[in-house]
Amino acid sequence: MIRTALTALLSHWLRNPVQLAMLLAGLALATALWSGVQALNAEARAAYATAEGLLSDGGTAQIEHPSGQIDLAQFVALRRAGWQVSPVLEGRAEIGATRVTVLGIEPLTAPAGTGPTLAEPDLEGFFEGLGYAHPQTLREIGPTEMPLAPAEAVPVGTVLVDIRRAQRLLDAGLYITRMTLAQEQPQGLAPLESLAPDLRLVPPGDGAELGGLTASFHLNLTAFGLLAFAVGLFIVHSAVGLAFEQRRAMFRTLRALGLPLRHLTACLATEMVVFALIAGSAGLVLGYALAAALLPDVALTLRGLYGAPVPGALQFNPLWALAGLGMTLAGTGLAGAQALWRLWHMPPLAPARPRAWAMASRRAMRRQGLAALALAAMALGLALWGSGLLAGFALLAAVLLAAALAVPLLLALILRMAERRATTPVAEWFWADSRQNLPRLSLALMALMLALAANIGVGTMVASFRATFIDWLDLRLVAEVNVMPRNSAEAAELQAFLAPRTDAILPMQRIDATLAGQPGQVYAMKDHATFRDNWPLFAPVPDVWDRLAAGEGVLVNEQLYRRAGLRAGSDTLDLPGIGAMPVLGAYPDYGNPLAQAVLALERFNAAYPDTPIRQFAIRTSDAPALIAALQDDFGLPQGQITDQAQAKELSMAIFERTFLITRALNVLTLAVAAVALFAALVTLSGMRLAQLAPLWALGLTARELAALELGRALVLGALTLLLALPVGLALAQVLLAIINVQAFGWRLPLQLFPGDWARLGLWAMLAVLAAAALPAWRLWRRGPSQLLRVFAHER
Amino acid sequence: MNVKLVIPLLLALASPAAPQGFAGLGTSAEGFAIPERGRALSFPEDHGPHPEYRIEWWYLTAVLTGEDGQEYGVQWTLFRSALAPEEAEGWDSPQVWMGHAGLTTREAHFSAERFGRGGIGQAGVETAPFSAWIDDWHMTSRAGDGQDAFDHLEVVARGAEFGFALDFIAEGPLVLQGDQGYSVKSPAGQASYYYSQPFFRVSGTLDLPDGPVTVSGQGWLDREWSSQPLAEDQAGWDWVSLIFEDGHRMMGFQLRGAQTFTAGTWITPEGGATPLPDGAVQFTPLQHTRINGREVPTHWRIDWEDGGLSITTEPLNPHSWMDLSVSYWEGPLRFSGTHSGRGYLEMTGY
Repeated sequence: MIRTALTALLSHWLRNPVQLAMLLAGLALATALWSGVQALNAEARAAYATAEGLLSDGGTAQIEHPSGQIDLAQFVALRRAGWQVSPVLEGRAEIGATRVTVLGIEPLTAPAGTGPTLAEPDLEGFFEGLGYAHPQTLREIGPTEMPLAPAEAVPVGTVLVDIRRAQRLLDAGLYITRMTLAQEQPQGLAPLESLAPDLRLVPPGDGAELGGLTASFHLNLTAFGLLAFAVGLFIVHSAVGLAFEQRRAMFRTLRALGLPLRHLTACLATEMVVFALIAGSAGLVLGYALAAALLPDVALTLRGLYGAPVPGALQFNPLWALAGLGMTLAGTGLAGAQALWRLWHMPPLAPARPRAWAMASRRAMRRQGLAALALAAMALGLALWGSGLLAGFALLAAVLLAAALAVPLLLALILRMAERRATTPVAEWFWADSRQNLPRLSLALMALMLALAANIGVGTMVASFRATFIDWLDLRLVAEVNVMPRNSAEAAELQAFLAPRTDAILPMQRIDATLAGQPGQVYAMKDHATFRDNWPLFAPVPDVWDRLAAGEGVLVNEQLYRRAGLRAGSDTLDLPGIGAMPVLGAYPDYGNPLAQAVLALERFNAAYPDTPIRQFAIRTSDAPALIAALQDDFGLPQGQITDQAQAKELSMAIFERTFLITRALNVLTLAVAAVALFAALVTLSGMRLAQLAPLWALGLTARELAALELGRALVLGALTLLLALPVGLALAQVLLAIINVQAFGWRLPLQLFPGDWARLGLWAMLAVLAAAALPAWRLWRRGPSQLLRVFAHER
Repeated sequence: MNVKLVIPLLLALASPAAPQGFAGLGTSAEGFAIPERGRALSFPEDHGPHPEYRIEWWYLTAVLTGEDGQEYGVQWTLFRSALAPEEAEGWDSPQVWMGHAGLTTREAHFSAERFGRGGIGQAGVETAPFSAWIDDWHMTSRAGDGQDAFDHLEVVARGAEFGFALDFIAEGPLVLQGDQGYSVKSPAGQASYYYSQPFFRVSGTLDLPDGPVTVSGQGWLDREWSSQPLAEDQAGWDWVSLIFEDGHRMMGFQLRGAQTFTAGTWITPEGGATPLPDGAVQFTPLQHTRINGREVPTHWRIDWEDGGLSITTEPLNPHSWMDLSVSYWEGPLRFSGTHSGRGYLEMTGY
C-alpha cells in the first residue's frame, strides 16, 4: 500500500517536471549559496589558525620590544642568562615578481611543537638558504634565483627561511623582530625586568588576533548567505505548497482507499527528505564551485584589509558538507512544515477543489499586517536602544522582514487604487485579476523585494563608502614619494641624501601599543602643512595642530574614538611610558582595523627613543627626478620606493576587492529571486487557464492575453522595485551608521546614487521579464483546443 | 620549528646522504681537515676550537659522593659540529653547538640539552682566558698565571629540574691518548685527536628537586676533534673511564662494526700513558636493561689479559639514558674484580 501510495505521489512530479525542477533548483540554490559562504568562512578561519600558529606561534609566549626591533645582543644576553628563547626576524621583501613576508627563524632554538610541520624538511638546505612557501605564493613569486620549496603549512604570502637568509633578504643589521619563548625553562631564572627592562613578555594567544579582527567580515558574509538561503526557501515553499494543493484530490483518494494518515504524512515527509538530499548534494557541489570561484577575491580582501594570509585555493572539508546538508534538511522541513501540518489536520474526505494555497482572506492579510507592524516596532526599538554588531544585524533582519511582509498589503492597496481608476473593461479586469492573483505571487514578490532592497542598500553603502574613501585618499596621500629604508643606517643616509633635494621629509615612526584596551599603534607626526592643511578632523579642540605640535595631547583615529567613546577636549588616552594624554581630535582612518593615536614627533622620540624609521613621506615638486636620483645616485632598489600614483592605485585596488564579494553575492541573490518569481509564475500559469479561457472566449486573442500576462508581471515587478527603494535606503543607512561603525569603527555619510538605481531597475525588469516570458509564451502557443477544453472540463 | 626537524639535525648536518653511524659520525669528510699522525698537540691553542674539523667536544664527567653519603654522577659536554670548515661572524657562521648535561642518582637520571649557532656569542669556546659555553652553561678556567687552563675549571649547567656548579682542580698532567694524541678508531685508519685530563679533584653543589647537596669526588675531561672518527659500518661505541683506588686511570673503548675495534690507555698515577692496541681490551656484556624499547648492556666484564685486569662493572643507575635529541646511555659506575674503583660508562648507537 505504501509503495502504491509513494508511486502515486511521485507520479505527480512526473506529470509536472517544471515544478519538480523548480523545487530542486530552489533547494540546490539555497544550499549552494549558504554552504558556499560557509566554505569561504571556514577556509579563512583555517588560514588564520595556520597563520597564528606560525606568526605568533600559537601557544608560545613571545618577547617583544614596542619598536618591533630587538638588538641581537639582547637575545644573546637572555640566552646567556639561561632564558630559552629563539630569535625571529620578520619583514617584507621582494622575491621574484612579488613582495612577501619573510619569516626568518632559527631552527636550532625554535621551541618544539611550534611552527609549520613540514612534510619532508631539508634541514641542511634550510641552513644553506632554502625557503619554504605555500604553493600559491610560489606561483606569485614566479621564477627566481632563490631556492624555494612548496609547503602547505606556511601561510600564503610568507616565505619561511633560516634567520641567516632572512637577514640577507631584509638587509637587516644585527637585530631581530621578536623572540619566542620555549615552554620549558630552567629553574631559577632571573626575571626579564632585571635583564632587559625595555622588553615585554607577551603571553600566548595575545598576538595577532586575526580571528577577532575579521569576525565582522565573516558575520557580513554569513548574513548574506542566510539571506540567500531564505530567498531560496521561498522557492521551495511555493513549490511544495503548490504540489500539496494540486494533489489534494489524490490525498483524498488515497485516504478513501484506506491509507492511514500517518503513512500518508510519512510518505510525503520521505519524499521531501529525498528531494532535500538530492538537491542538497547538487547544492553542495554548486556551493563548492561558488566558494572556489569567490575565494581568490575573499583572500585578497582579507589580506588587503586585515593582513590576514588566506590561500586562494579551497580545501574540501567533509564537516562543511554535512553541515550544508543539515541546513538543507532543516530548511526543507521549514518550507514544507505548513503543508504537512495542513495535511495532518485535513478531514479525510475534504472537498478536492483546489483553493488558493496561500489564502488571501482578510484575516490572513490582517495577521500579516500586524506581524509587519510588530517587526517594524522591533526594528525601531533596536535602532534606538540596540548596541553591538549582532543587534545591528537583528535590526537589518527586522527591517527586511517587516518590509517583505508589508509588500503584498501595499501592492494590494496600489492595485485597488488602480482598479478604481480603470476606464475600460479589460483594464478593470487586468487590475482586479492582478489583485486576485497577488496572494499566489506574494511569496515570490517578497523574495524579489528582499533581493532588490538588499541590492539597493548594499550598493548605496558601497558607493557612499567609495566616494568618501576617494576624497579621503586624495587628502591622505599628498606625499609625492614614499621611501622605505631597510635599516636605521640606511634611514640616516637617506635623510642626509634627501634633505637638499626635497621640500619636506616626513619620517614615519610607530610603536605597537595597547590603546584603551585595544591592540593599536602610536605614530609620530612631524608638524607640517601637509597634515595641517589636509587632514580632516572631527570635533577638534581649538588650535588643535598647535597643541599637538607642542606635545600637549594626541589625535586618535575614528575607530578608537568611537569604540572607546572618547570625546576631544575632555577625555584622555593612556599611552605606554607617558600616561594620560588629552585627546585633541579624531581623524578618519578607513581600512585600518587597529586603534591608532598620533603624537608630535619630538614628544614621540623623547618617549620612545631609537624607534626605527619605517618610511619617509617626501614632498617634492619633481617626483620623477627624485625617484631617478634615489635609484641611480643613492642606489635604492625600486621596491623601496612608492610614488603617489602607485600608493593610490594600491589602496583603491584593496578597496575594490573589499566589496567584490559583496557585489557578487548581491547579484546571486537577485538571480535567486528571479528564479523564485519564475517558479511562482510557471506554477500559476498552469492554474490560470480556467480564468483566461473565458476572456479568450469573449474575444481577446491568445497573443493579447500573453501580453497582458507579461505586462502584469512587469507592473508587479516595477511596483515591488518602487517599494524596495525606500527599504534599500533604510538598509543602507543601517549599514553605514550602525553595522559599519560596529564592524569597522567608522561612520560614513549616506549619499544617493539614482543612476545605480536606474541600472538596477533595468536589471530587475529584465529578470522579471525573463521569469514571465516562458509562461506567457506557453499561453500564446496554446492552441484554441486547449482553451476550449477548459469549458469541456468545466468543474 | 618542529622538534622533528631538530632531532635529525646532527644527522643531517654532515651530509645530504642517508644518516649513517651514530649522529652522522660515520660519513665522509670532504673539505674538512683530517687528523694526521705525528702532529704534536700544543697548548693552550688545542684547548680551543678547531673549526676546520667537522666535529669536536669538550667532555667532562665526575663521580661524586654527597655529604648525605649518596653517590652521584655528573656529565657536562659541549659539542661542536660544522657545516663548513670555517668560522664566520654573525649568522653566517657555519658552526653549530650542542650542550648536554646529565646528573645521575641511584633513583633518577636527569638530562638537558642546549643548541646554538656560532658567530653571535650564544655558544662557543675561547682560548685565552679559556671558556667554553652555551647559554648559561659554561666551563670556565679559573687557573692562575703559568698554570694550564684546565688546571682549575668551573663548570655550571642547569635544566628544568636540576643544576650543578662544580670546581674541577687538576692533580696531575694532561694525558695524550693513542699515539701522542692521535687516536685510531677503526682498522681502516679513521682517527681523531684525543687527549684527557683524568686527574680532577671535584667539589661543589648539585641542585636536585629535593634541594641542594654538597658533593666531592673525582673528575675526568676528554677533548677530541676530528672530521670522521668512525668507519661507515661502525654503528656506535662503548667507552669507559676508570679511576682505580690505587690512583691509576684507564680509558677503554670498543667501536662496534663489521669488526669490533678496541683501544685503550693505561695511565699511571703520575700521568705515564701506555696505549693498548686493538684487541688488547675485551668488552663482554653481562646484563642488559630495557630502556625505551631498547636492550642496553648496562653491566660489563672488561678484561685486559696482559695487564692482569679482569673486572665487572655495575652502574649506579642502569637507566642513565640521555633522552635527548641525540640519545645515548651515559652514567657513573663502580667496578670490582682484580681491581676496584669508580668510573663512567658511555654507550652510543643502541
